[in-house]
Amino acid sequence: MNRFLLLALVVILLLSPISTVVAGEHLRLATTTSTENSGLLAELLPPFEQANACQVDVIAVGTGKAIKLGENGDVDIVLVHARSKEDAFVAKGYGVDRRDVMYNDFVLLGPASDPAGIKGMTDAAAAMAKVAQARATFVSRGDESGTHIREKQLWQASSVTPGGDWYLEAGRGMGEVLVMAGERQGYALSDRGTYLAFLDKTELQVAVEGDARLFNPYGVIMVNPQKHPHVKVELATKFLDYLTSDQAKTLINGYRRGGQQLFYVP
Amino acid sequence: MGYLTESLTTAIGLILSFDREVQLTIWTSLYTSSVAIVFAALLGIPAGVWLGISRFRGRRLMITLLNTLMALPTVVVGLVLFGLFSRQGPAGSLGLLFTPWAMIAGQTVLATPIVANYVLSTVSGSDPRILDTVLTLGAARFQACVQLLKELRFGVMAAVIAGFGRVIAEVGVAMMLGGNIRGSTRTMTTAIALETSKGEFAFGLSLGIVLLGVALLINLLLNLLQQR
Repeated sequence: MNRFLLLALVVILLLSPISTVVAGEHLRLATTTSTENSGLLAELLPPFEQANACQVDVIAVGTGKAIKLGENGDVDIVLVHARSKEDAFVAKGYGVDRRDVMYNDFVLLGPASDPAGIKGMTDAAAAMAKVAQARATFVSRGDESGTHIREKQLWQASSVTPGGDWYLEAGRGMGEVLVMAGERQGYALSDRGTYLAFLDKTELQVAVEGDARLFNPYGVIMVNPQKHPHVKVELATKFLDYLTSDQAKTLINGYRRGGQQLFYVP
Repeated sequence: MGYLTESLTTAIGLILSFDREVQLTIWTSLYTSSVAIVFAALLGIPAGVWLGISRFRGRRLMITLLNTLMALPTVVVGLVLFGLFSRQGPAGSLGLLFTPWAMIAGQTVLATPIVANYVLSTVSGSDPRILDTVLTLGAARFQACVQLLKELRFGVMAAVIAGFGRVIAEVGVAMMLGGNIRGSTRTMTTAIALETSKGEFAFGLSLGIVLLGVALLINLLLNLLQQR
């Protein structure tokens, strides 16, 4: 019995994490759930990993947390979508070399019954004010993600302070919020990529789109190696170069989900 | 109903197709939980025996505390260790955050109180004459404890199995400290959480079925060991 336990311990220790830690260089990328859940990264990363014999470890969280991980130096690179936060991140010296990568747009989704009567409007802020006025259910991310930050900016533009039993702060990822909004017959702000990925799983429809304030650009930033010396500058620079290269552009523009393009590179 | 049958067929398909990614998550779950339970056993069994056989002031309080630790929420363990392992934290220079070792540390913290408690109750409930007899026969204190554990091996095994069940099924620590990195720290449970967030409920549930299957296999194995 004792011998068995000892043997098990030895085998487990031999086969365990050490091997994965040592094998190849690892680049840590904190990014948003929208890039990971849409399946884009699974398409975009392998060519880079093969060319540089490395592995990109993707930690998919909200933009707020991704930036926090960058501030702490727990990752090498952040790929996020909240320009105001990105600029603050760079201004405070936590990040360097910010570059534009791609964009898509946000859409205001609602149930087919459209209780607030906003379908077809082109002014997102006015539409949200109408939702608040009608006290129609609105599901908010409530997690300091890029989408949540944009939603708060839109509320501000509509001069409404959301609150009350119609305003649900989910505190969860985009996918969960879409499911929740669908079940509760509510409105929600979503990036188009996640919505398209959910098209066959949700009854929500696009109520408002096309407002310039719904533009959703993604930026990539290297964590400042002067603040965090362990940042893999060389590999990280290569990654930034790759994300902004023609090769990546072709891959991003060519990525389809259900026949629809999710992200755009100009 | 279609949802459940779809999950079941997907699960069977996943097992039969030997999908590499699924295998990798099973493997990650298994080895982090296994290493964690070995550490937890090394810490928890002696602690349980010690609390079970010694008598001192404050013993009841310690047992109460140990019972309380069984209720440790996984996210709390995750948060505390996150602060410890983050680059800004005291152990940050080790670079352990988002590696399997961070998950193992968290799971060890989760499992140790469970192992200790189960061992404690087995020892407390055992015949007190076992220890006395062995001591009378001239055994040293340590030898006596080893003998006691041999007598109580079923209870000790139950302790280890309970601890293992807790860590292989938990998602908070694995998610916060591991980061759900594909091919590295993605476990069965974090993969299920991810699939749920993607809206792939049936696929998530099928992973859950696979996880239960793996747990069943391990328990069968332990059962065999016990009977020998």
